[in-house]
Amino acid sequence: MKYVDEFRDPDKARALIGEIRGLVAKIDLCRDRPLQVMEVCGGHTHAIFRYGIQHMLPPEVELVHGPGCPVCVLPMGRVDDCVSLAERPGTILATFGDAVRVPGSRKSLLQAKADGADVRIVYSPLDALRLARENAEREVVFFALGFETTMPATALTVLRARAEEVRNFSLFCNHITIVPTIKAILDSPEVRLDGFIGPGHVSMVIGSAPYQFVAASYRKPIVIAGFEPLDVLQALSMVLAQIASGRAVVENQYRRVVADAGNAAALAAVHEVFELREFFEWRGLGSIDHSGMRLREAYAGFDAERKFAVPNTSVADPKACQCGEVLKGVIKPWQCKVFGTACTPETPLGALMVSSEGACAAHYQFGGSARKSMPAHAKASVP
Amino acid sequence: MSAIPAGVGRVRAQTVTLAHGSGGRAMRNLIADVFLRAFDNPTLARLEDQALVGLAKLAALGDRLAFTTDSYVVTPLFFSGGDIGRLAVNGTVNDLAMSGARPCFLSCSVVIEEGFAIDSLRRVAASMRDAARAADVEIVTGDTKVVERGACDGLFVNTAGIGVVRSGVNPGSDRARSGDQVLVNGPLGDHGAAITVARNDLALQSDIASDCKPLNGLVAAMLAACPDIHCLRDATRGGVATVLNEIAESSRAGIRIREAAVPVREAVRGVCEILGFDPLYLPNEGTLVAVVPPESAAAVLEAMRGHPAGRGAALIGEIIDEPRGTVILGTRFGGERIVDMLVGAQLPRIC
Repeated sequence: MKYVDEFRDPDKARALIGEIRGLVAKIDLCRDRPLQVMEVCGGHTHAIFRYGIQHMLPPEVELVHGPGCPVCVLPMGRVDDCVSLAERPGTILATFGDAVRVPGSRKSLLQAKADGADVRIVYSPLDALRLARENAEREVVFFALGFETTMPATALTVLRARAEEVRNFSLFCNHITIVPTIKAILDSPEVRLDGFIGPGHVSMVIGSAPYQFVAASYRKPIVIAGFEPLDVLQALSMVLAQIASGRAVVENQYRRVVADAGNAAALAAVHEVFELREFFEWRGLGSIDHSGMRLREAYAGFDAERKFAVPNTSVADPKACQCGEVLKGVIKPWQCKVFGTACTPETPLGALMVSSEGACAAHYQFGGSARKSMPAHAKASVP
Repeated sequence: MSAIPAGVGRVRAQTVTLAHGSGGRAMRNLIADVFLRAFDNPTLARLEDQALVGLAKLAALGDRLAFTTDSYVVTPLFFSGGDIGRLAVNGTVNDLAMSGARPCFLSCSVVIEEGFAIDSLRRVAASMRDAARAADVEIVTGDTKVVERGACDGLFVNTAGIGVVRSGVNPGSDRARSGDQVLVNGPLGDHGAAITVARNDLALQSDIASDCKPLNGLVAAMLAACPDIHCLRDATRGGVATVLNEIAESSRAGIRIREAAVPVREAVRGVCEILGFDPLYLPNEGTLVAVVPPESAAAVLEAMRGHPAGRGAALIGEIIDEPRGTVILGTRFGGERIVDMLVGAQLPRIC
């Protein structure tokens, strides 16, 4: 397939793996312990598992799967609030597909649907606005989720709803922003990450400047990367090259999509409609300052939290759950006490087992029959 | 000669009403005019509560009866490459064929939502007739129910089927042995992709048609090449990945497949790329997975490619000893990963 297969070429992959091995040989640090590189974005996690990338890498390089899966980090209390909105009489709750299975403390949206709530899967917030136009007598609540990747589309939809004077449309806003969370991870004492593969789609919107602090203040290399397997390998090679030469800068591997300045029009729409919340709760990571978005006062009429009585439920993460430590790379998914026993994709306890982009679910799904690690003989033999 | 009994009228109504399920003349007319007229065979035309089929003819075909049932609730009812009627016949024919049976007789039960268009019902019946003819089976008994608006989604169809398995033929999911070869009869995921496109949520346009087709002819050709096919499975819901996992689990064996050898149409790959789906999990309605002894693999593959339902057949992998109960995919990219059972339905990803 044109423009896809070129980025999955096994020969080029072998060349990049060779390059990575060469770099690893030059890095003294990894004689004592493996190098830890975090891919922040769930899309990268998905690609790494789907193409079997981890098992092609030399053992000196460990990929740590970061917090960039918006479905995974959604706290249970927010899901409960969303369910209660969906269960309001006369409501249509519109949501992206992978959010319907996320467990709340009582039920998921899928279970709410089975119990009679009108939950519709949409592919764009504009589909939700269309539902509102088609069902003028009902309230359509869009379950707005995601990082800066999906924020502009939500913002533009709100702007259009205002221009068209659609009054039966609102957002249950759970948009979050990645940068404060990267900082929170870097600030936790047990973390010893050596570099980052930076988010691609988020950066397409925000550009590369917001990551400068990673290099400047924390002296960690960060390379913004695309989502094809060769993108991931090339970005990893660029991170290692920085480590090998003692540099720490922000680099952009995903130039075909990401402009350094980001997308000004998208950012303008986001800033027009949204503002930062003082703090926002992340499943597995706790409360992080200035990490969540809400609608500005001027758009309060489109805010389901202001329009309706939302219970504002707070549910603590299950005690046994070690998602936070997995997210920070302190332990591997299979080292968690409940991985594969109390916590499985069918009955997820923790955030990371929820969506296929979550580190634990990806590991469980693609990882290994014993669920502990890939069986030795199944490892790829890459020259 | 038509099998319609004398004195039975045409249905003049445009839509099905509760009266058509009441057991009276309206129902008799509906059954005769829509279903009898389409299926047209003397066993059905008796219009008794059961079909009678001779034992001697069945006994001559083999030594075991295969018996199956399946319900069809697809949305939309009509899609590129098929409709619910064609699906209902082929699905049950294929369920029988996967035991190695020669399918003989089907039943057809319909649950109709009031307000359903009679023309659509005729279309479904006609397509069941065509599918039954193509698969060389007869629809010999049936049932019609009409339910109130909202109690079902337009039309649900159930078909049950009877077939006969000849002696010596004994495929089973627990019979895969190390070294056996894994074959499929053609590109994966056409049905799932066609349904996804037909639902039109994404306004995708493509020329993907469902692979909905009977597989009994193909299976007969494969059994002629190798009567001792170890496993034979119809990769419907859950796709090829699910079938392979079930075989690996039942046979306590490992399965290794090569992504580069798995046939998938370009357009289906495109739909999967857009939605974040994996073609290995997409449902099929005319795709089978066969596990055959290594010495017969070439002959079976040739027999498959010589049959219209197996032109695109491919050898995609093999049975291995370890890790037991696990399916491993060698990716085109050069890595390896586990292909596990799907949890719930495949859902489009956010970003």
